[in-house]
Amino acid sequence: MSLPPFQALLDAHRVDVYRFLVALVGAEEADDCFQETFLAALRAYPKLRDAANLRGWILTIAHRKAMDHHRSRVRRAEPVAEVPERTGRSIDLDGEPELWRAVRSLPPKQQTAVVARYVNDLPYRDIARITGGSEEAARRNASDGIAKLREVWTR
Amino acid sequence: MKDIGSKLRGATDRGVEQAAAAAAGRLAARAADEHLLDVAYAFVDTPFGRFLIAGTSRGLVRLAFHPEPVEAVLNELSDRVSPRVLEAPSELDDVRRELDEYFEGERHEFDLPLDWRLMRRGFSERVLRATAKIPYGGVSTYRDVAARAGNPRAMRAAGNALGSNPLPIVVPCHRVVRTGGNVGNYGGGSDMKRALLQLEGALL
Repeated sequence: MSLPPFQALLDAHRVDVYRFLVALVGAEEADDCFQETFLAALRAYPKLRDAANLRGWILTIAHRKAMDHHRSRVRRAEPVAEVPERTGRSIDLDGEPELWRAVRSLPPKQQTAVVARYVNDLPYRDIARITGGSEEAARRNASDGIAKLREVWTR
Repeated sequence: MKDIGSKLRGATDRGVEQAAAAAAGRLAARAADEHLLDVAYAFVDTPFGRFLIAGTSRGLVRLAFHPEPVEAVLNELSDRVSPRVLEAPSELDDVRRELDEYFEGERHEFDLPLDWRLMRRGFSERVLRATAKIPYGGVSTYRDVAARAGNPRAMRAAGNALGSNPLPIVVPCHRVVRTGGNVGNYGGGSDMKRALLQLEGALL
């Protein structure tokens, strides 16, 4: 099967992936996750069977890396009584750090669905592929997430 | 709901585009460290316009210039070598330096490992290997390289082989001219061929 040169995929999707990761893990950690995402993609790329939805494919990998990152952060945080607040050099999206903190404190599936839908403008079909589960569940996760954001983020 | 949705949607973050470009630029070095970079490519400015150069772990595998479209060459590399193709200028510093020296007239021979895998096999390869031996400042004829490849009458096939040369300049197909003095065809045009031969002192 004929695959586009990897550079073309990187050029086409780097901003999308970066934005997705900033929203999921924050600006400080996005860079590492970005490298991990594209290295994993590069590793798997020659064996990829279906190049029809490369955007969905790369965001699925990015999502996996973001979740790995969350898990390792939980593990690291365990012995510490209080996790220090991260201030961060913020390229936080749209200058609304409170909102993005609220997004990142959503349950994982809601968080992913909200970000994929509203930040990356992904169709529910692709979101379902990323989180696993049905299109309907993805839709519900996004709307539950938004409802929760409205509760905690009042301004 | 509308509020928050549109706030998320409108997250236009100038910082992100720059950060993404910078992160993407760092990827090639990481990929090379982890042996995931199969084809590195870069651009070189020359008196004949911008050249595309590409290398593998074996050596220089492809050199291309106008009128070959960049996209077609990258697709060819992806299909025929590996789709792990990344722009990685620092992997090709030696090639860039030697080309610069060549165009300044200071280098008469390239001292670069070559990856011949994009050469056609058989007669074509023999033609190009014979061509690689024509020295700087010299010329040969289509008839002569055909003969050295084993078939003096296959002049047209020799011409086709030279036209398919994936490593022009470095494998000097411009040094093969018509019997009788006309320089003959060239991928970059006969003017370029003439200018290269003038640079090398083979033509006045």
